Amino acid sequence: MYHKEKSIQIKNSASALYNNLSVLRIAPRRLTHFTVVHANMVNMVSASWDGLNYTHRQLQSKEPNVATSTSLIMQAAFCVLPSRDLLVVTSQKGIQMYESDGSIMVYWHALDTPETPTAQAVFARGIAAVYENYICVGVSSGAILVFDVPSKGSNITLSEVLEEHKESITDMASECSGSQECIANLVTADDGGNLCVWKSGEEFQLLNKIPGFDMSCSSVKLWKGTAVAGYGTGQIRLYEAVTGILHAEINAHARWIYSVDIAPFSGLLLSAAEDSLVRVWHMTITPETNSVEVAHLHNECVTDTQICGARFCDGDGYAFAVTGYDLSEIIRYIQS
Amino acid sequence: MSMRTLPLVFINLGGEMLYILDQRLRAHNTSEDNSEKVMNDIVGTMFSKAFMDELLKPQQLYSHRTMKTVLTRLAHASIMRLNPASMDRLYELMVMAFKNQVFLCLRPKDLLLISYNHMDTIREFVKDTPMAVNQVDETHRKIIEAYSSLSEGELQLLRQTLLTFFQDMHVRVSLFLKDQIQNPNGRFALTTSGPVPHGTDVPGLIRIFDCRGREVRRREFPSGGSYTSSIREGSFELHGNRVIRLGMNMYTVDHPEETHTSRAPSVKVITYGSPNPLAKEELNLLARLMGSMKTENKPKDESGFRINLFNTDKEEAEAGASASAEESLYGVINIQAMQDEQAASELARIAGQFEEEEEEKPEKPSNNKGEELLAMMDDL
Repeated sequence: MYHKEKSIQIKNSASALYNNLSVLRIAPRRLTHFTVVHANMVNMVSASWDGLNYTHRQLQSKEPNVATSTSLIMQAAFCVLPSRDLLVVTSQKGIQMYESDGSIMVYWHALDTPETPTAQAVFARGIAAVYENYICVGVSSGAILVFDVPSKGSNITLSEVLEEHKESITDMASECSGSQECIANLVTADDGGNLCVWKSGEEFQLLNKIPGFDMSCSSVKLWKGTAVAGYGTGQIRLYEAVTGILHAEINAHARWIYSVDIAPFSGLLLSAAEDSLVRVWHMTITPETNSVEVAHLHNECVTDTQICGARFCDGDGYAFAVTGYDLSEIIRYIQS
Repeated sequence: MSMRTLPLVFINLGGEMLYILDQRLRAHNTSEDNSEKVMNDIVGTMFSKAFMDELLKPQQLYSHRTMKTVLTRLAHASIMRLNPASMDRLYELMVMAFKNQVFLCLRPKDLLLISYNHMDTIREFVKDTPMAVNQVDETHRKIIEAYSSLSEGELQLLRQTLLTFFQDMHVRVSLFLKDQIQNPNGRFALTTSGPVPHGTDVPGLIRIFDCRGREVRRREFPSGGSYTSSIREGSFELHGNRVIRLGMNMYTVDHPEETHTSRAPSVKVITYGSPNPLAKEELNLLARLMGSMKTENKPKDESGFRINLFNTDKEEAEAGASASAEESLYGVINIQAMQDEQAASELARIAGQFEEEEEEKPEKPSNNKGEELLAMMDDL
């Protein structure tokens, strides 16, 4: 179904972090940006669609114009808003937002770090762009910071802090089907496997809380009102977000899942884990009849590699890319 | 990232160090008395209350340079001496072994079982010295207390912090190559077979439910591997069967060549955490750790004996010469460049000075001493 394409070499290896690959497709310029986190820097490579040009850039996590040491980065993700695209980078020190090509930092938000270190780690993790002009970022305390993003410029402001999760945020996702009819448009996940379902607005509204079973949810997506969550036990669960009804449960992987992704136009689902396997599934979700169907389509094994990032490169799922711990390349697969 | 890595780092790296030293001591036909003395001295220092209490404070995991400095000091807490080239190789072995254990452990909680495996074997090494056994037991209790309540997610964060620390290290270890734990390119083998972790189901099943929670359909899919159900869980108590084998002593006396290492070809030089001389917190940690290491017997140079991690002294000398010419794999400041014996003992003296100051003033030593120490290390 898929075959391996030429890999893209990156300047350093990928770190073992959840969701450690972000992809932004820029059709008008016929290129795709990829970001991979390595310790205290983000490797960005822009690949032209004809496969001839690769531009590399590295971003470090620190406050602008301050000579403090850099800190370890937890996640880097592209945020697509109606009027602009931004690259958000979260670390132990704070949150940075760049123009999507990584050229200029437009915003910096410092995290409150205690004077003397506490046993509880401090960091930001979990990034999502939410309808209409919000970027949400999770924090290790469980709080979710909601930033209001103007259509251009750097006048980004912290609009709200949502305090519902009690454990560190792991990942979050906004509704990706493009449908305006979905009531819920954000799902957030934490280290205890708990999912919160929200409706965005000037004040975000909590619609539902789906309890975890003390097993971390490391990656989550929201499509057609269905929350698709990957867990540390290797299970994937599909919940109807607003009601919390469990539609499907897959014993998908033999180790901790690090990434799930959805191709919204085709309903393809991608899952990747520390067991070195990437799996492609197909979901059929009919909200009107409340029916959900999941079929397994394909496996790829990245030999001897604990996978830490996997993303579709386009909305149809025609191609996907994968990163692995200690691997200095982005492996690509396209449909045969 | 995680602020709780240090105790596990030292217990596991220290444990690996003791396994290797034990093998070398016996391969060198060291006397029972001397071997026992070396083990007791190192274990006594590593598991001392002062040192462990420092480690248990929440703090970041710093650079390889700091870790290596402290471990060198630990190794030299005994009457045994290691040449810089041997210390380098020892560090490589320790780190690659621990990296392998962290990489392969089925689930994050197994990191604790790996640590307990190390502590169990260490207890065996010093079983004839009740005081040392007591120290190990005390430490074990503190570790149980500190880590038992952590969730799987928090332990995974700890594991991810360790993996970042080990990133890009692909030193080939003969024993690992022989047992096919490691590939010729230096990367560890990861099989798609074997038991699944405790709490995970064997992959291969899709279940569909209706709105009332009843299963309406189930379908199987090919897992691409041959997994079996999880085995029984190991014991997290002070004593017990840990079940997993990661962290147990792999070295045997009969095959000393097992501790050979080599650099994989085309290995890039990396620096983790740039050696920033202004990293105050790192200096403070180093000073506190060095200061907390009290040794009962101050070794006199004459009564010490050398241990070689190579086959012959000539090989060791050659390794030392060539390594100082090539760049260090982890950006560690080459302590071996301190060929000058005087500088080495100066470092020990300064470390000794911290002990005296500890007694007068339990506060952190002044930055001055820290910078002196760093200057010593930087003295190339």
